[in-house]
Amino acid sequence: MQILNLTKTVAFMKYRKFAMVLSAVLMIASIASLAVNKLNFGLDFTGGTLLEVGFEQAADLTQIRQVLDENTFDDAVVQLYGSSRDVVIRLATREDIKAEMLGNQVLDVLQAGTGQNIEMRRIEFVGASVGDELAEQGGLAMLTALICILVYVAFRFEYRFALGSVFALFHDVLLTLGLFSFLGLEFDLTVLAAILAVIGYSLNDTIVVSDRIRENFRKIRDGEPEDIIDESLTQTFSRTIITSITTLLVLAALFFQGGALIHGFATALLFGVFVGTYSSIYVASSIALALGISRDDLIPEVIEKEGADQEEMMP
Amino acid sequence: MLNKYPLWKTLMVLFIVAIGALYALPNKYGEDPAVQISGLRGVEVSAQTLDSVKSVLDEQNISYLSMALDEGQVLIRFSDTDQQLKARDLIDESIGDGYSVAINLTPATPDWLASIGGSPMKLGLDLSGGVSFLMEVNMSEAIAKAEKSLIDDFRANLRSEKIRYRTVKKSSVDGIDIVFRNVEDLAAAESFLSDKNRDLLFTENEETLTLNAIMTEQKLKETREYALQQNITIIRNRVNEIGVAEPLVQRQGQKHIVIELPGIQDTSKAKEILNATATIEFRMVDQDGDLSSALNGRVPASSQLLYERDGRPSLIKKRVMLTGDHIVDAGSSFDENGRSQVNISLDSAGGTKFSNATKSNIGKPMASVFIEYKPTNKKDANGNTIFEKHEEIISIATIQARLGKEFRITGSDSPAEAHNLALLLRAGALVAPIQIVEERAVGPSLGKENVELGFQAILMGFGLVFLFMLIYYRAFGLVANMALLSNLVLIVGVMSLIPGATLTLPGMAGIVLTVGMAVDANVLIFERIREELREKGKSVQQAIHQGYDSAFSTILDANITTLIAALILFAVGTGPIKGFAVTLSIGILTSMFTSIVGTRAIVNAVWGGRRLEKLPI
Repeated sequence: MQILNLTKTVAFMKYRKFAMVLSAVLMIASIASLAVNKLNFGLDFTGGTLLEVGFEQAADLTQIRQVLDENTFDDAVVQLYGSSRDVVIRLATREDIKAEMLGNQVLDVLQAGTGQNIEMRRIEFVGASVGDELAEQGGLAMLTALICILVYVAFRFEYRFALGSVFALFHDVLLTLGLFSFLGLEFDLTVLAAILAVIGYSLNDTIVVSDRIRENFRKIRDGEPEDIIDESLTQTFSRTIITSITTLLVLAALFFQGGALIHGFATALLFGVFVGTYSSIYVASSIALALGISRDDLIPEVIEKEGADQEEMMP
Repeated sequence: MLNKYPLWKTLMVLFIVAIGALYALPNKYGEDPAVQISGLRGVEVSAQTLDSVKSVLDEQNISYLSMALDEGQVLIRFSDTDQQLKARDLIDESIGDGYSVAINLTPATPDWLASIGGSPMKLGLDLSGGVSFLMEVNMSEAIAKAEKSLIDDFRANLRSEKIRYRTVKKSSVDGIDIVFRNVEDLAAAESFLSDKNRDLLFTENEETLTLNAIMTEQKLKETREYALQQNITIIRNRVNEIGVAEPLVQRQGQKHIVIELPGIQDTSKAKEILNATATIEFRMVDQDGDLSSALNGRVPASSQLLYERDGRPSLIKKRVMLTGDHIVDAGSSFDENGRSQVNISLDSAGGTKFSNATKSNIGKPMASVFIEYKPTNKKDANGNTIFEKHEEIISIATIQARLGKEFRITGSDSPAEAHNLALLLRAGALVAPIQIVEERAVGPSLGKENVELGFQAILMGFGLVFLFMLIYYRAFGLVANMALLSNLVLIVGVMSLIPGATLTLPGMAGIVLTVGMAVDANVLIFERIREELREKGKSVQQAIHQGYDSAFSTILDANITTLIAALILFAVGTGPIKGFAVTLSIGILTSMFTSIVGTRAIVNAVWGGRRLEKLPI
């Protein structure tokens, strides 16, 4: 079976101005949303207490709120979580109660107040200083990842590709963050992990394309860089789409089957993979082209038989 | 001939997958919730113990899967955690002191598998249920304590050298200030003390006749390290009292300790035990001072107004007779009349000190003051949480005789109270206060649900990709699917073999993601083969060869970069996130093997080395 049978080269680069404008608009929108709405940081980063409790029957949120109000926990945020019997309660750190005891106290209060047998499903407490540290570590992880990748790609390919692919990654991360900020989705540690996975995926895509561009620059002696990039994108397009489909398929499985805890993770990856596919076609290559990539940059200094070093490694 | 593998290569691929399958097998059997009983301090677990436990459980109609005595331990397996926890409490009550009763998860791996080192994957707390804590050592307090003991040392040293000084006190700026009466004493002290304390930096100020001593960076580092290590040791001891067979206590970074207690549901009990991060001070009750005028704010300078838990005030002298760090052990028992008491043992220095301090105070009341540090929301300049000092009287008892290394406190209202007091006293042996700064508790039902959801997601994701590949690449799709399946088996096998690898919910998401991305390598290869087939004049065998060949470097580059991202995640991540990084990294490595070497072996065996007109691709 063949979904796309591209016999002619598609002039991808013809639309690159349009794509650049689109990317620029989306990026500016993301920055604006991040500035205005900010990120809805989860407990991991803000600190505080979260309880997930299971009721025997469908939970009565009004009653729960009332019980909490009566017991001085009037700042509690009460929400259903996943099903009608699951409730998540979020509380900020308080002065008068030892922070790590807060969860247990609320549990006792609820048990007494609602008269129902309540099951403790999850308690999370994160101190404020830990939250700050996690946020710092997270940001650091993202930066380190980007820099390491920049170095690797620059070493394996060429600095123009490296800049192109890292900018593509930056583009993907920014847009995903923008989406989370725009929709007000909770940004916790698993989402951060998802974003690092998006970096991995998007890079994977970009490298496949860059690899083919390099190969074609060496193989095709005549032709403008733009044509060669078009040719390469066309050749890899089928693969790009199929891998995106399989990845999106498993992510859909995660999104629908993985449960509420993994929802943010799946959302970030679903969107990230989608954007990553687009960026590997348009952002990375356009930038390499704009920076003036040419054949001379990619001809190896030492001429070796193509794939000579790979044959040894090959099975 | 093109595309023929030597037999050994095909066999090697089969062998590796078979080994992976073998070590993945224990996961099919999983783990049983169990209760483990072992003897403490010379007490042996015997067949009688086994019988009495059996009768207790039978009496209460608690069903268990099996019960066995092995290597001085009784291990009872249950079918669910409810029964396990009930049984634990029952046994703990009935068996008495001298035994440790702990819950754990015991692999249900068959003997033949266990004998070759097979065991199921370790499940993270989000899957097995349990609680994890992150504790922070209050380092500024650790330093302050070290300085305090230095001040005592200086005084004693100067006195024994007969060097006269005015005061020794903590400097208002940094370090310790010793003020002298004249320059000669200052100089003598400087040469004497700096000789004795190589890890301190001394500065003389002849105008103010002050000698300032500050700890070197090295000494500060050592002090912090010591505080962390001692806390870890004490927590390890204390965690055993919570009744978990395999608790994890591990340092994390410079001032944090991670504690994982699988299977624990009553987090408040665990926290009380862990949280007793406090010190104890034995101080005399001030009987001369006037309590009522003290309550009106006129507290004698040498005393302090403190309260008992029920709010009763007492005037307590500020002078400390003994601090908790001299306590070696504390335990509760019953006296001759059957009343609860707390037995305390001190180290020898503490014994001498205490003996001197109590000899002139016989017949007078002594207070045990429990000092707790509670975190505030404020932070100091270095970003460390500022802790607030809370002092509370936990017992007031009359000194009956000159006390030595061993003594007891009687008068507790109940065994539970005595037990609690003993625990608090033992907790008082801490050097630096520590605080829970993070807690994550997952109930057993949520854990089970997470496992099911994760498993379903993997199955569903796998099924979808399986179907897609089969439709899109037909016979070659089937080959890719076989590789995908072996990849799953290998990931599970490797995860089970590596002792440190833990499966978490994000880890399961990592496996799902790997399933989606692992086919990428095959997509790359197959697309290449299709391209080659479209070119005129190339034989089918050449197309296969070229396809694998030219896709290889691309696959390598793409996977290495993803691996970089995964490794960074592993380095900075904690807990569940680390689990994600682990499965992702393992998945990348195994998928390279299965999708390149594995599929090639099948393709070569089925289509290789023959004249073919076309390929089912």
